[in-house]
Amino acid sequence: MSREDRSLRGAAAVVGVADDVSPTGELDRTGRELEVAMVLDALEDAGLTLADVDGVCHPESAVAFAEYLGLHPTFVESTMTGGSSYEVHVEHAAAAIAAGVCDVVVSVYASTPRSDRTRKRARPRRGMPGPNPMAEWELPFGLRLPMGPYALAADRHMHEFGTTSEQLAAIAVATREWAALNPRARYRDPLTIADVLASPLQVSPLHLLDCCLVTDGAGAFVMTSAARARTLRKPPVYVLGAATCTDHLGITQMPDLTTTPGAVSGPRAFAMAGVGPADVDVLMGYDSFTITALLHLEDLGFCAKGQGGPFAAEVGLGPGGSLPMNTNGGGLSFTHPGMYGMFLITEAVRQLRGEGEKRQVDGAEVAVAHGSGMFLSVMSTAVLGTAATL
Amino acid sequence: MSTEPAVPTERTVPTRFEPPVGDESGPFWEATREGRLLVQWCTACDQGVFYPRAFCPSCAGAGGARRALEWREANGRATVHAAVVEHRPELAGASFAHGEPFCIALVDLEEGVRMMTNVVGCPPGDVHGGMAVTVTWEPMSDGRQLALFRPTGEGS
Repeated sequence: MSREDRSLRGAAAVVGVADDVSPTGELDRTGRELEVAMVLDALEDAGLTLADVDGVCHPESAVAFAEYLGLHPTFVESTMTGGSSYEVHVEHAAAAIAAGVCDVVVSVYASTPRSDRTRKRARPRRGMPGPNPMAEWELPFGLRLPMGPYALAADRHMHEFGTTSEQLAAIAVATREWAALNPRARYRDPLTIADVLASPLQVSPLHLLDCCLVTDGAGAFVMTSAARARTLRKPPVYVLGAATCTDHLGITQMPDLTTTPGAVSGPRAFAMAGVGPADVDVLMGYDSFTITALLHLEDLGFCAKGQGGPFAAEVGLGPGGSLPMNTNGGGLSFTHPGMYGMFLITEAVRQLRGEGEKRQVDGAEVAVAHGSGMFLSVMSTAVLGTAATL
Repeated sequence: MSTEPAVPTERTVPTRFEPPVGDESGPFWEATREGRLLVQWCTACDQGVFYPRAFCPSCAGAGGARRALEWREANGRATVHAAVVEHRPELAGASFAHGEPFCIALVDLEEGVRMMTNVVGCPPGDVHGGMAVTVTWEPMSDGRQLALFRPTGEGS
């Protein structure tokens, strides 16, 4: 079977989305109550009900969540790749739908780290199962997680390519300009490069404002086949291409600190979609830290390796710029509950439906949701498009 | 900000997280008791393997994966690949640093493997990519020692 025969292009679509965030950074609801609300909201957005669902994605246990919902799904997907989990779910759901394994898939996320802290709610502590080389070879040295590995990548990028803190800060500034247009964003005040550089150093070279927020947040999406999507309430957002790659877990094992596995997942997803970086109207690139977003610009092919610094500072990533990136205000200014990838999808879908309100990118037809998981470890790229792109 | 070096002031620092011993890494940790730095070596592809494994990941597709790995003693010399400074040790839970900023680095041993460490014996902000460093040992509570590094030619 050739690669073309396995293409998922246009086979499935995102037909419903929902999310819940607050400018306070805190939500009233938590846990299963919040997850169920997101699923019901996303199904309502699609014009579907729980009775239609035969596929369930949940990065902890799809089985436990399906039981809670009272569903009997034929597709359960519990892949947990950190922040990119939801892009992986898009890929796997599209594949399952295309293969006839299931027809209507929901994926859900709810995390309330901020209000858990202020309300002193107990949070389950989860360790990684199995052997743990990170505990043996990294944790003794006091590298703060998740920030430290990203700081190491930033340091090496600066060393090899002359990238500057000012160039990294330009990403935070452009992202804040988008957040100013989003009434649900946590931070909306104008931000300057000087502000970022004046914020306290954390793990150098990263400043506090190079780092994402810690907020509550929740979301869900619904996917179905292209044929069924055309019968539903909202304009379908088609999965044109999707691909995932991992090349390490712990940062010590990353083959090249300045090249992420997005250099594999991005080109594969674009090839499946039949489009390239020049065709992208909206880039939703996971911004756990400014360096994360900078590496996406290079690895997805928007600029050459090593040129991410000057490119980010000059291309125009903000409103009115030539490469609108993270139009909801991103993990840096909108919300970041821990596994932010869900919000890449909800915003990409809204942009492609023309539901972006003040932050709408005119005529958006192609959007990329590019998730980053763990410690630059797992990249997953979903290329999404309107009916006009099929 | 202090420019004092983040050198532990006591020879045994029980507040540092002490690493578990993995299934394949017993010989590595035993050798640290004598101040010897071991790396695994794959005789099939003639390169180092780190962290310790039951097989060589570089040979995985080349037929050498089932060849036994051997242990070799490293000379302790390395080059800094990337280095960062933790400016808020309390947020990192790193009480071994006595509240002072400290350096975490990835260093490339001359034998070709990369490991994480703390570079000590100089101000943490002075550590930079390309810097020559040499292993120095910090005892742990059970007699094993942790491989830290210091600038080559600085002290002993």
